[in-house]
Amino acid sequence: MAVTQVFGARVRRREDPRLIRGTATYTDDVVLPGLCYAAFVRSPHAHARIQRVDTARARQAPGVLGVFTAQDLEGKVNSIPCGWQVPNCDLKTPPHPPLAKDKVRFVGDPVAVVVAETRAQAYDAAGLVEVDYEVLPAVVDMEQALHSATLVHEDVPENRVLLWSVKGGDFEAAAREPGVRVVRQRLVNQRLIPNAMEPRAAVAQYNPGTGELTLWLTTQNPHIVRVILSGVLSFPEHKLRVVAPEVGGGFGSKIPVYAEEAVIAHLATRLQRPVKWAETRRENYLATIHGRDHITDAEMAVRPDGTVVGVRVRTLANFGAYLSTAAPAIPTILYGLILSGPYRIPNIDCEVTGVFTNTTPTDAYRGAGRPEATYVLERMMDVAARELGMDPAEIRRRNLIPKDQFPYTVATGITYDSGDYARALDRALEILDYPKARSEQAAARQQGRYLGIGLSTYVEICGAGPSKVVGSTGFSGGLWESAVVRFSPTGKVTVFTGTSPHGQGEETTFAQIVSQELGVPLDDVEVLHGDTDSILMGWGTYGSRTTPVGGTAVYLAAQKVKEKARRIAAHQLEVSADDLVFEAGRFHVRGAPDRGMTIQEVALQAYLAWNLPEGMEPGLEGQANWDPSNFVFPFGTHACVVEVDPDTGQVKILRYVAVDDCGRVINPLIVDGQVHGGIVQGVAQALWEFARYDEHGNLLTASMADYAVPKAAWFPRFECERTETPTPVNPLGVKGVGETGTIAATPCVVNAVMDALSPFGIRHLDMPLWPEKIWRAIQQARGGGA
Amino acid sequence: MRVTMTVNGVECTRDVEPRTLLVYFLREHLGLTGTHVGCDTSSCGACTVLMNGKAVKSCTVLAVQAEGAHITTVEGLARNGELHPIQQAFWDEHGLQCGFCTPGMMLAAVDLLQRNPNPTDEEIRHALEGNLCRCTGYQHIVNAVKAAARAMGAAVGATAGGE
Repeated sequence: MAVTQVFGARVRRREDPRLIRGTATYTDDVVLPGLCYAAFVRSPHAHARIQRVDTARARQAPGVLGVFTAQDLEGKVNSIPCGWQVPNCDLKTPPHPPLAKDKVRFVGDPVAVVVAETRAQAYDAAGLVEVDYEVLPAVVDMEQALHSATLVHEDVPENRVLLWSVKGGDFEAAAREPGVRVVRQRLVNQRLIPNAMEPRAAVAQYNPGTGELTLWLTTQNPHIVRVILSGVLSFPEHKLRVVAPEVGGGFGSKIPVYAEEAVIAHLATRLQRPVKWAETRRENYLATIHGRDHITDAEMAVRPDGTVVGVRVRTLANFGAYLSTAAPAIPTILYGLILSGPYRIPNIDCEVTGVFTNTTPTDAYRGAGRPEATYVLERMMDVAARELGMDPAEIRRRNLIPKDQFPYTVATGITYDSGDYARALDRALEILDYPKARSEQAAARQQGRYLGIGLSTYVEICGAGPSKVVGSTGFSGGLWESAVVRFSPTGKVTVFTGTSPHGQGEETTFAQIVSQELGVPLDDVEVLHGDTDSILMGWGTYGSRTTPVGGTAVYLAAQKVKEKARRIAAHQLEVSADDLVFEAGRFHVRGAPDRGMTIQEVALQAYLAWNLPEGMEPGLEGQANWDPSNFVFPFGTHACVVEVDPDTGQVKILRYVAVDDCGRVINPLIVDGQVHGGIVQGVAQALWEFARYDEHGNLLTASMADYAVPKAAWFPRFECERTETPTPVNPLGVKGVGETGTIAATPCVVNAVMDALSPFGIRHLDMPLWPEKIWRAIQQARGGGA
Repeated sequence: MRVTMTVNGVECTRDVEPRTLLVYFLREHLGLTGTHVGCDTSSCGACTVLMNGKAVKSCTVLAVQAEGAHITTVEGLARNGELHPIQQAFWDEHGLQCGFCTPGMMLAAVDLLQRNPNPTDEEIRHALEGNLCRCTGYQHIVNAVKAAARAMGAAVGATAGGE
């Protein structure tokens, strides 16, 4: 039977039937005999000394099985470690006790945990735990924190987490070049809340008979959790099983290993009862990581013809109250190294100061450092274009790296794999009909309407990555990926991947890879992930790495299967392996198509082992660990048209065009979905989302009623296209696509709004571009004040 | 308190605390975990079910308020193993990624299509304002609702034609 081309096909997702029938099992759906429930008591203060914790009343409440404080965990649950110790930046790593010990450091810092027979009883009893606090002044503002007498951690002077820099070329010299103009702008990249629709949850079960501890967890990387928790709990790793069942989105927020998870795992061993904890959305807002939160002073040195000769940035990055698992990497290597964007910029100078504050810890949020870098660069491109009186498309085109110069090493030292940046820009402008859009804008201005056109040309570093390289940046692990492709005796295929998809659809795309390579029907391939018991090792799903790294491992494992199957078929058909042709799932003798065996027949023979080549082991499976030689670099151009209502400050997106290049595409339907979702999150940062604190460290946007998670009605239909430039880094030619939309969309929309406001002489407003902010700026520009 | 309601065509009676929310009644008393809890402010719509045919957020209804009511959850959408057109359309059009919002999203869409069998893009986007999705960017959800509308319209047309 001929198998149709599945690589590149718009295949419906294989994970969907369980999700649309409501039969998927998310962590909070796990029910076990004897299950009890935990609730955390959290600090209402941003900064306070804990004077007394009285658990007496809570202990006597109905159904309560135990109440635990920091003291009870002493020597049993160790400090939560940081997993990315970036070198050469004087990184401070103060201890992170699983429950706050002497001080609380942010609103939401856990102080005690209550376990009871039911969820309601646990919450009721948590309300009875009495904590006496001596409230301390809180440091919330990053700039103030560096000069404050108040220290979040006593042993971290000036609240300074790190001072990191990267330099290439000589910015000062470039800026002194005759005719070069330096444009400057301060840019705030506000704090965001990731908002995976499924809040975090954990279920832990300990079997005293086997000594096994199983943890079902909302995580993007179960193996990393297992490694870290085995240390935190001093628990033997081989007896610890971590399962990521169905996971309802992550966007980075489910990468870190959190204090609560360690505590729940410990309580299951301590109480010898399975324990469940599921955070409320309010807890999710307070105690799950936040993202972004930078203040940057940016300078761009440009020649009169628009050639950018240098970029210098000084960035403050807010780390919150503790170092989250990957936090030190986000505003440093994932930010500074990509500051050349898609442009030839010979001189780059980046210095980042990390700051502790009494706020929720920050870590990776979709894009993680790269949206911040792209925002700086793409805003500065527009600021420079306006100062020079140039067209924003023209200044970009002038500086793009030409397609014949790849691999291209930028001033920050990283080497881009492949690209045709101008083609994506041209195509976006063509779809938009840029000249027509400009003339419509001019006509609208005649009628008192304010249209704006925004562009964003980006390159993203993803597909982490070469383990040697990430190791040299302080990551306490490797970032290769594992795969096993295994035939069963009846010819069905099971794929085991070390990645941990949670909505990205790799159960389908990986099946497409295997179906294509082995010529088996798609429905005969099952892709398994997210269980440390069945999967050798893996580093998880984040940073758009799953397909370029994990998918390549699957591809290579399939090659090994094919190779072994070829040898078995050759043996049984009594020909040389070189004389076999593999076509549509069947080996046949070259020139004699009737003499052959299907790969399923070979699989059966491999398991029967009645007649295998001398010395060959029975069974048919391939295992591959792929460690890439480089990262991969998707790119593209987004363009949009907005209208600003000058009387209300409202922004309406009229058109949104995305031209992305993620290399070869395995499933266009899934890639479209990734791009759409990314755009919405990026636009939302530009216009609506902001995790805002008051001066005392209270999160003012602590519920979904107060924080603007975007809704369907706020968007037009996106116009998405792709160019396809394969990467030479992996044999599939694929790059990642999970973050491109988020990276490109934010500056695209801000640039469009600033373009619309240019008749008022407004040069820059910081995000989010709420109507009130725009309205006030217009009022001020009109001289009316506000 | 004793509460009785018909869930997906089956009458169920359970003893519950008066404060029990309908969503926890469904999830923890009946074991119907397809209905999800995504927030605590009735904002996200992940818990949307049909109560007497109308979409409600089951985190905002007490179980005792549903006394005698007919409830449809995601588990009750398919009939005799065959997917409801809205389920089929969400699958065909890639209207979901992580799937957490999907049950509520589909039930809100069913409610819309009952009221408006042929909605425009704008009407769909407006009708789904009480349901948040963080993954899809909504475009494929809009496509799915339109596809379901076409399928359901065709089914109605076929029935009418057969008379």
